[in-house]
Amino acid sequence: MSTMWTTRLRKATVEKFEPQDVLPDDQPSYVASWIYVFGVLTLASLFIIIGSGLWLTTKGAIWWHSSSVGHFVNSVHLWSVELFFVFMVVHLWGKFWMAAWRGRRFMTWVTGAFAFLASVATGFTGYLIQWDFDSQWIATQAKDGLNSAGIGSFFNTLNTGQAILLHVSLLPLVVGIIVVWHVILVRRNGVVPPLDAKEIAGGAM
Amino acid sequence: MSKERNVDLAKWSGPKRPYDLVKEFTIALLVVAVLVGGCALLFSSPDEPAITLQKWANSAPSDFVATTVGELAGTTISASYGPPYNNAGEGLSLGPIKPQKWAGVTIPVNPAVDFVVDPLKFSKDASVPAALSQWTSAPATQQTKWANDYASAIEKAGDYTKVATSDTYGPVPTMAAGLLTLAQSDVLDGLLTTTVTPYPSDFTKPMLFLADGGYFDELGAAQHLHGDQWGMMNETGSYPGQSWLWLFSLWYQVEPLKSSGNADIQIFALLILLNLGFIFMPKIPFINRLPRLIPFHRLIWRRYYQENNL
Repeated sequence: MSTMWTTRLRKATVEKFEPQDVLPDDQPSYVASWIYVFGVLTLASLFIIIGSGLWLTTKGAIWWHSSSVGHFVNSVHLWSVELFFVFMVVHLWGKFWMAAWRGRRFMTWVTGAFAFLASVATGFTGYLIQWDFDSQWIATQAKDGLNSAGIGSFFNTLNTGQAILLHVSLLPLVVGIIVVWHVILVRRNGVVPPLDAKEIAGGAM
Repeated sequence: MSKERNVDLAKWSGPKRPYDLVKEFTIALLVVAVLVGGCALLFSSPDEPAITLQKWANSAPSDFVATTVGELAGTTISASYGPPYNNAGEGLSLGPIKPQKWAGVTIPVNPAVDFVVDPLKFSKDASVPAALSQWTSAPATQQTKWANDYASAIEKAGDYTKVATSDTYGPVPTMAAGLLTLAQSDVLDGLLTTTVTPYPSDFTKPMLFLADGGYFDELGAAQHLHGDQWGMMNETGSYPGQSWLWLFSLWYQVEPLKSSGNADIQIFALLILLNLGFIFMPKIPFINRLPRLIPFHRLIWRRYYQENNL
């Protein structure tokens, strides 16, 4: 095996994939259910969250309180988050009832679970930086739970400056990396076959 | 390895169908954009104005004064909180596990000094400097006695304006009145947030002070935001809020956690366990068999099972 780091990285990443696996134009015949749509709907919602979030970011933290356009963009951001979670939860339940972790797809499930939890944390910090009564109330209520676990010593919900930086920089990066990892695993391992599908595949490895 | 597991692992060798992923994503993006845009136009988003110390002092001066006296007496939530703000208590614990205490004081807050004494140094009330001098030169036991006596008198009278002047309370009435004036004139909000820089972004002190009073709590209750009203997963108005926090808020609604003094740490520990269960669900016996025992998959893949007579 090559000792070059570059070669090792290429073998561990790029060479693991065939072009047809990265962007396939066909799928197994069993991929024919509305449940499969919810994964891509979650991804589409995430794109709109990021787009509306970037718009709000470029205008500043309190722009949306004084501008009707800003208030609309804030509303888009809010409702895309709401739909994102609805789609993700349906996607998640669908994958549970399909036992989609079968066939070395355990990490696909795990990355999906972490994507959900990281999204909850990102959504929470978003609610903290509204600079209105809602953010004040949520910050004062949430601090007790976080303080009781020792987390409050490092993450202060009442420090809006800290929350806003976490929300627009670190946490979206974390969610983005986990989601990309999740999608790569789905593409690499393929869509899990139906339970009891042994007759069709013929046990081929 | 069983034949079934071979199938799960194998690259699918059965029939395939055309599937345009890029077109699917593009249509999904358009559909979500229309849905989101429609919801934004129809329902907008909540924006209840923030509460300032000035608004509190003007809307509920008696509550403001009572809370100020409580800070001086050391009887408010903040004054007896413990880490990460001060060492007035140990914080919550789960048996011998005390993460709140172990994490230590990283955001030092001394409510009597930070919320009352230090801001009063900027008061223009002529009687305040003498009151401050009397307070700071008195021993702690005397300070506590003055504040507690005045707090009891306010509670008995129902309002600080109905309490008769008395030397029993020392400088406390003058200090409380001075701080009320500072707050009503919009000076206190700035004093509590601009000690480091004139451009504030850390609202720890004013928010702890505000949350110590009854006024802020009543506003939250009126907006159905109390912990026993499913708390912070709600938003003001009729918006869905953070509905994904239901599993967190649920435990605050049920006994024995609902009335437990250590509910926050107990629920946090419970959520860690539940989330570990969520992450490692495929490895949990019985749970990982549920998809076979309750055959929703027959519905999901019904076309496949019909076509293959399975």
